[in-house]
Amino acid sequence: MSLEITRMNPHFADVMPQEYTDLVENGPFGRDFGARDLGSFKELFEEHPMCAGCNLSLAFRIIVASLPNPADTIMVGSTGCNSIAFPQLALHNVHSLFGNQNAIASGLKRGLALRFPDKVKDVVVVAGDGATADIGLDMTLHSWFRGEKFATVMFDNEIYANTGGQESGMTECGEIRNMAPTGKKFNKISVANLAIEAGCAYVAVVTTASPLKISKCFEKAVLVAREIGPTYVQIYTPCPTNLKLKSSESVSLAKERSKGTYQFREHVSPEAEEFLAARAEKTEEQVRVTSKDEEMHSA
Amino acid sequence: MERYRVVPGPEGYLPPAAALHGVELPLPGQGLVEGSRVEGRTAALAIAERLVSASVPTFFPGPLLLWKSTEEALERGRLVREIAREVGAKVIPMPDYRPKYPMIDPAVEINPNHPNLTIWFNKIDVGVFIGVHCHQANLALKIIRGGTSCFTVALCAHEGHEDANASLRDTDVASLTALLDAVRIVKQGGE
Repeated sequence: MSLEITRMNPHFADVMPQEYTDLVENGPFGRDFGARDLGSFKELFEEHPMCAGCNLSLAFRIIVASLPNPADTIMVGSTGCNSIAFPQLALHNVHSLFGNQNAIASGLKRGLALRFPDKVKDVVVVAGDGATADIGLDMTLHSWFRGEKFATVMFDNEIYANTGGQESGMTECGEIRNMAPTGKKFNKISVANLAIEAGCAYVAVVTTASPLKISKCFEKAVLVAREIGPTYVQIYTPCPTNLKLKSSESVSLAKERSKGTYQFREHVSPEAEEFLAARAEKTEEQVRVTSKDEEMHSA
Repeated sequence: MERYRVVPGPEGYLPPAAALHGVELPLPGQGLVEGSRVEGRTAALAIAERLVSASVPTFFPGPLLLWKSTEEALERGRLVREIAREVGAKVIPMPDYRPKYPMIDPAVEINPNHPNLTIWFNKIDVGVFIGVHCHQANLALKIIRGGTSCFTVALCAHEGHEDANASLRDTDVASLTALLDAVRIVKQGGE
């Protein structure tokens, strides 16, 4: 997809459903909207069939709103609760077989680079903890070893929520799940540490208790992946259905965990740090020039 | 073996792909009518006859026609609207292929994953697909043949669709102009 694809054929403008007219006129394509502006623009991810209080859908909404260049982004999903969200997304996306997402994204990113050598095309993988840390761990790690330039996002609900509640590698030791009644016997896998060891240029661990932090980390992950190398963002997204929480309680749990066993962590490689600093400086300069222009105009 | 005819349904749940019954795509210059290869002009006239005699003829323009307005797409769009006006057809777009939740609004859009909803809701008896990616068109055509009695037409920019009841191949500005002419001829009582 690219920006020109979001232009409507005028011969059919009168019959296009309102939703699409809204996406063209007030959507994020070619405009500088972000998670901070949620509610003020037409979003790419709106109605969805997830459970009430689902933190995965909240995280999904935030990252989709934070895409730096949605018109030139392709997202890759995998089996799990997020695969119910993906079909509702008004953005090109690929559903991979369970665990294959980082292998698919590797080929996609390389293919796009060959097909569109003069364009920036972002590839973003979004998968659950089962797809990323269990079934697809080899694909995930090898894409990082190879230095594939795309961002990987894990929605970590610490459970196979979609199939009734089996424990995953990301479940905390000792935790009991609906279909794991004797409790988890080994520690939670530290995928963030694996990502750093495997050479990810940017790694962040966040929870849904901090939407703007998710947004900032995710944006950094996409931009660093574009220029430098693989990146990884792990978001704690507690599942109210399997944890038997009221829908209003799941964010409170995320808040609680963010102060204890799920604290914010960020790893930025020296190269990525340099890149992000240069980018921030450039943005500040642009802001200065714009405000100077505005001052001159008002004078 | 008796030749399989690709006629309007309902053929039942999971209708077979016409290709499995030996229906072959038309050769350049040809079209398909009920699974048989015929001259392109013959196919255009058969489609025109169906459109003119239909109670609720409807065009379903797909993403390839609705978005990214190239000169070619603009001209094809103009011609589709012209043909639709000529036969008094509705135009219901297929803007993308999302299986939307909880369901699409069948009054204003059609979706390849459950096109039957739009056909049933609007009581469409002739549906014309144009500008829909091949595999999504095949999916929609099979579902429609499986569950509705709608006569389907595929105006394909590539090699045609064997699962449509009638299909033209290599549909471009010239062939749409020819279809418009065919519609006018049929309206005037035929050649």
